[in-house]
Amino acid sequence: MPGKLKAKIVAGRHLPVMDRASDLTDAFVEVKFGNTTFKTDVYHKSLNPQWNSEWFKFEVDDEDLQDEPLQITVLDHDTYSANDAIGKVYIDIDPLLCSEAASVISGWFPIYDTIHGIRGEINVLVKVELFNDLNRFRQSSCGVKFFCTTSIPRCYRAAMVHGFVEELVVNEDPEYQWIDRIRTPRASNEARQRLISLMSGELQRKIGLKVLEMGGNAVVGYLQCFDLEGESGLVVRAIGTACTLDKLSSGSAPSTNTHIHPNTAPASNACNSPSKDGKEPVFGEDLPSSSGPPTPFRALPTSSSSPPPFSPSKPCSRQSSSSDTDLSLTPKTGMGSGGSAGKDAGPLKTLLRQQTQTALEQRGASSSGLLLNAREFPFFTLTSFPPGFLVHAGGVVSARSVKLLDRIHNPALGNTRSYKLLDWNSVTADEPETRDAWWEEIRQEIKSHAKALGCHAVVGYSESTSICEEVCILSASGTAAILNPRYMREGCLDIGSTDHRFEEPSPPSCGFCHIPYDELNMPFPAQLTYCYHCRRQKVPDVLFTTIDLPPEAAVTGKGCLIQARLCRLKKKAQGEVNATAISNLLPFMEYELHTQLMNKLKLRSMNALFGLRIQISVGENMLLGLASATGVYLTALPASGGIQIAGKTPGDLSNEHHILTIQKRINDTIAKNKELYQINPPELTEEAVGSPIPEPRQRSRLFRSHSESSDELSELDLSHGKKDAFVLEIDDTDAVEDIHSLLTDTPPPTGFYSCNTEIMPGIYNWTSGVQMFTSVRVFRLSNANLTNQGLNKIFTDLCENLLKSFYFKLRSMIPCCLCHLNVTVAVPEEELIQVAVTAVAMTFDKDQTQEKPAEKVIQKGSGEIEEQLQFPLELCADSSSTSTQQSSKISGVPETSNVSSRAASVDYGSFADRCSTWLELLRLKAHTIRRGSVKTSRRTQSLAHSVSSLERGSPLPEGRSRSLRSNRSFGGSSVTVVKMTPLSFLPGTRIIKYLGIINMFFIRETTSLREEGGVSGFLHSFIAEVFAMVRAHVAALGGNAVVSYSMKECVLMENPNKNQAQCLINVSGDAVICVRETDQEPVSSSTNIGQSCSSGTDGGAT
Amino acid sequence: MAVELDVFVGNTTIMDEEVYQLWLDGYTVNDAVKVRMEGGVLEECETSADVLLSDTMDQYRTFQMCERLLHSPAKLANQLLFQIPPHRQAILIERYYAFDDAFVREVLGKKLSKGTKKDLDDISAKTTVTLKSCRRQFDNFKRVLKVVEELKGPLVENIRQHFLLSDKLARDYAAIVFFANNRFETGKRKLQYLTFQDFAFCAGQLINNWTVGAVGEPVDHQRSSRVYMDVDLDKEFLQELKELKILITDKDLLDQHKSLVCTALRGKTKAFNEMEANFKNLSRGLVNIAAKLTNTKDVRDFFIDLVEKFIEPCRSDRWTAADMRLYLTHYTNSAHILDTFKHQVVWDRYMGVIKSCIFKMYHD
Repeated sequence: MPGKLKAKIVAGRHLPVMDRASDLTDAFVEVKFGNTTFKTDVYHKSLNPQWNSEWFKFEVDDEDLQDEPLQITVLDHDTYSANDAIGKVYIDIDPLLCSEAASVISGWFPIYDTIHGIRGEINVLVKVELFNDLNRFRQSSCGVKFFCTTSIPRCYRAAMVHGFVEELVVNEDPEYQWIDRIRTPRASNEARQRLISLMSGELQRKIGLKVLEMGGNAVVGYLQCFDLEGESGLVVRAIGTACTLDKLSSGSAPSTNTHIHPNTAPASNACNSPSKDGKEPVFGEDLPSSSGPPTPFRALPTSSSSPPPFSPSKPCSRQSSSSDTDLSLTPKTGMGSGGSAGKDAGPLKTLLRQQTQTALEQRGASSSGLLLNAREFPFFTLTSFPPGFLVHAGGVVSARSVKLLDRIHNPALGNTRSYKLLDWNSVTADEPETRDAWWEEIRQEIKSHAKALGCHAVVGYSESTSICEEVCILSASGTAAILNPRYMREGCLDIGSTDHRFEEPSPPSCGFCHIPYDELNMPFPAQLTYCYHCRRQKVPDVLFTTIDLPPEAAVTGKGCLIQARLCRLKKKAQGEVNATAISNLLPFMEYELHTQLMNKLKLRSMNALFGLRIQISVGENMLLGLASATGVYLTALPASGGIQIAGKTPGDLSNEHHILTIQKRINDTIAKNKELYQINPPELTEEAVGSPIPEPRQRSRLFRSHSESSDELSELDLSHGKKDAFVLEIDDTDAVEDIHSLLTDTPPPTGFYSCNTEIMPGIYNWTSGVQMFTSVRVFRLSNANLTNQGLNKIFTDLCENLLKSFYFKLRSMIPCCLCHLNVTVAVPEEELIQVAVTAVAMTFDKDQTQEKPAEKVIQKGSGEIEEQLQFPLELCADSSSTSTQQSSKISGVPETSNVSSRAASVDYGSFADRCSTWLELLRLKAHTIRRGSVKTSRRTQSLAHSVSSLERGSPLPEGRSRSLRSNRSFGGSSVTVVKMTPLSFLPGTRIIKYLGIINMFFIRETTSLREEGGVSGFLHSFIAEVFAMVRAHVAALGGNAVVSYSMKECVLMENPNKNQAQCLINVSGDAVICVRETDQEPVSSSTNIGQSCSSGTDGGAT
Repeated sequence: MAVELDVFVGNTTIMDEEVYQLWLDGYTVNDAVKVRMEGGVLEECETSADVLLSDTMDQYRTFQMCERLLHSPAKLANQLLFQIPPHRQAILIERYYAFDDAFVREVLGKKLSKGTKKDLDDISAKTTVTLKSCRRQFDNFKRVLKVVEELKGPLVENIRQHFLLSDKLARDYAAIVFFANNRFETGKRKLQYLTFQDFAFCAGQLINNWTVGAVGEPVDHQRSSRVYMDVDLDKEFLQELKELKILITDKDLLDQHKSLVCTALRGKTKAFNEMEANFKNLSRGLVNIAAKLTNTKDVRDFFIDLVEKFIEPCRSDRWTAADMRLYLTHYTNSAHILDTFKHQVVWDRYMGVIKSCIFKMYHD
């Protein structure tokens, strides 16, 4: 009996009129936890009842405290008939279980009814008294903190990052139980809400247990998702990154060196999650396609790693074939076997495997042995890291798999099962196992892709599903990376102890761009150059990642949102045929999305993508693909060479003319974009200081000016092999369409920027204006005879128009930036396309965009650094420009239309400068910097950038003793203002406390759709209600903001003919208390950094 | 191909003041889009008609959802559904309760009943205020009336507190409520020249001086049967007004009064002759109005009587506003000097209001 939950019902207000005769209500309240229920007295004839009840006490296990929500039902007393329910409030009491979070929940909660929406408010007080529990076998994991934030929360310090935690629980969906036929929609919705609440609680508790086993105390980047599988059930799954976090007292100076040496870490051996044991053989087996019963159908993870220079022709041809052979039918009992069969069946997979092997052999057999045995996945759901954590980023790795949901697995036990299904494992043991195995398979795939890229970890990792009827696409993606082992628990990552990379730290401003793989055994064809920043190591010509831009990265100009959109029609089909069709389409879609991304990136003269998220949604008759990312020009990477159009038949004059016009338009667009995004790569890169590179396709870099006359352009056409331009070949209408679609993307209006990462690269001085919003659009395709092109156009227009309307709506905030633009697409019905967006608009100070960061560095005046910067500069450019020209052959794959010859820019600077960054310098004081003189100014600038963005983008808590301004901002109104943002911070404020995770699931249904203003009116009020409930919960916890807010699910079903609609929404975020940064201290943040720098110095020096 | 659903919900509710005004003015979505396009917003923001339509629909939906809350503005401040900054809430409320003078002039003094509501389409046609807007304004009047009818205490203050309106708007509403409650006739042709603001001013005078509340906090426990409020005229006072009749019935008093006034006015105005000639008529007019106010019917005709019995004769004699001021001041003050006239307090209370009302109403 380790806990006592106490609840007190204070009052109600704005209650609905329940008694028509008196226009009043006789309200009372039922308070339920677990199986115990208490009731208040009836407060007669009032719409604003004052119950002022006694304290209702529940004595419960902490396990239940974690799983169960407190359920408050407001009813209208009726003497003669049954009492009418007014509505309910579910309160997740998890935040009270952690000593560092909230201590009391007190406030007004909207009373919610799934049919009527919000019906008044109720004032509730909740407290928990926890008793110490010394039971080692306990099932609860009270005290483990959860954060949705995908970076180290701001007022914490990561002492240790333990690694990946995952769990899933499965249940039957109440909506599909037999009893649903006889109960009211309200009862059914409430059953569902309650079940999901229970399941999330259970899931969180189980993950918490795993974290405790690992020796951690927190989960960061907690991502929980629902799979509404329909009749086959309901899956709640979650992934996260287990960490040991130390709370920084708000006054103490934060340390930049957040690591603890592995030796000092808790000696926990529990790296292997016990639940994983015994599954090993599954992945060791190499079973060929089996002839067993054809269920469940297993298509393979069809798509594969998409490393930066995604060579279009290759994966295309390979994957199409691999998809064919990969389809294997396996007996339902042999989970995993089908997967492993596929793993080795496709040529691509074989290739990857080989590459993995060779890559591993390069580094020593010992590590490869380690790798194979590691049961744990070296995945991190974090997207931004403490400085020095991320060593190299290899590129995006992703895996997808098409599965058939099988109801046979789910015996019809609905009537015998209660909701309290904590031991359901014994009932339907194979059910979660199947889902587990599916995910395990995908993760394994991801892991092997990462290895193929020479990486031992995957960061920015996420998982998602798309379900249509019985077909389910599981997707996972992340960024292959090499991490600094200092932060890791020993054994968490498989790192060859002799890995040279850790001995020679690369500068943080470019280090992460350096290739992690061996250039002799590249996993894919890529153009490597020496890093344009440090000139010491190789970098690829483009870099795609799923993470946020590291705050210390050197960037030129501003970034921008880049989206690739794609629709593919598909024949309607059932079961396996359908799944086969889908898995056949997937690789083509991925390929095309990548091509689009690449083209759009080049069109903006950028060379890297951050926050890449590729979503493929399945509908009955089509597949939708949407890739969003933030394009950036990384200073360390070579400049993009532009796009060049090539005709297939150069002789045709009219065609040639046509090509020239297109080329002109493209060049104009590129020039315009360069100006728009302020991409002026430093001229220094023009110095062709090359060193021989062991690469066949080495060419001298020819920086193409875009004012070139058309004559020259035609010349380029003929000699495109020599240029570094990205060649698009036009040989059919498809390609023309593609190019047109490329050019239809309209840039945001003046004063607007947009990105899907936390903050916009190149903008540093945010002001406090914040407007979070959710927007949903559903488009009905009226014409059934649509072509792929037509569909693409519609889809693209839909996305573009949506963005345009954001720009319009938020025009009063200019200059502003739409950050964390998270777009999800779905095909809810046959002819419907749904696009849902959650983002935040943030204002910034336009005038100081360029200067301010630089100033900050100067003001920072931490003498140390200035001294370092004033070092005599030595130009050590033993620049022997060996630029060999060699024409690149267009890969002669006749069937592929837009073959690209990616011509890499090659001007290899072999600067022998050993420019470490200031951070490193601080650690190694005696280090001498030598660097190219020309570069100095730019370096300072980039340093400046890194400093200021570090302050904003880094997860480091900004702690410094500074008089806290009292919570002035939330006085005045009787309702606490709660700000919401999908970012991990609010500009102009400092988070002083995390109050706990918000994870809410709501269902709303109506049978009077027209009366509520149609679907738009219905959804509009529902979203507003969800916001209101989130805000109320945060306010009741004592908070004034939600960070890392996201809407994970928005499932809308409508039936206008019946005047009905239903919608499910799942949202999550972190409730926090934040205080204003004082406006009077404009340099406060920089002094703050200065402080942290010097503290870092101290740490390093002593 | 059509957008089936299109919503945009901000954590802080986004409201465009221009669109709000269009909504209040009863424009349909399409008309509102047209108006906005004519305003040049398309060029200004480099956007398309589709975007404008989507934005307008969205805003209209938001306003419709807010409307329920605007009906009891106090709720707007502590509701949880929409997060609206306080200053914005104030704007929303103030604008929602704002009304067109042309419209209010039509319904002023009318019973705020279903019957009047049926006539709204005529009023709409006459005033060119859209029917939708007319309905909103009418419902606002009714709502305010309904709430304050049952409240004790000062009318303006009640309105301001319950509907969170600015002082000015609360006063206007007090006037509307007061007029509706007492059913003052304002629609006659002779009264057409008067604006709403003229009436509102007069209403303010009446409320401040002639109602029960005007005398100050009554001792409620003694006469608990009487509801203390500003909406009704003070019945006791109206009764006392009958006593003023002596000024016209007593011949000596009337003559004495006349000579006092004439002595004071002589040489000070060009209209002296007309004043002297008309004195008895005018005085009879004013005192008769006072004496008749115990009848509800005559209360309703208060303004028409003022115009017919006093303002029109003066106007036909081409009194200037200054003449009027001069005359009424002396007319009032002279009564104090009359030895036999004992009703000074009532006289002051009556004439104070009459004076300021006539000053306000004496224009073209």
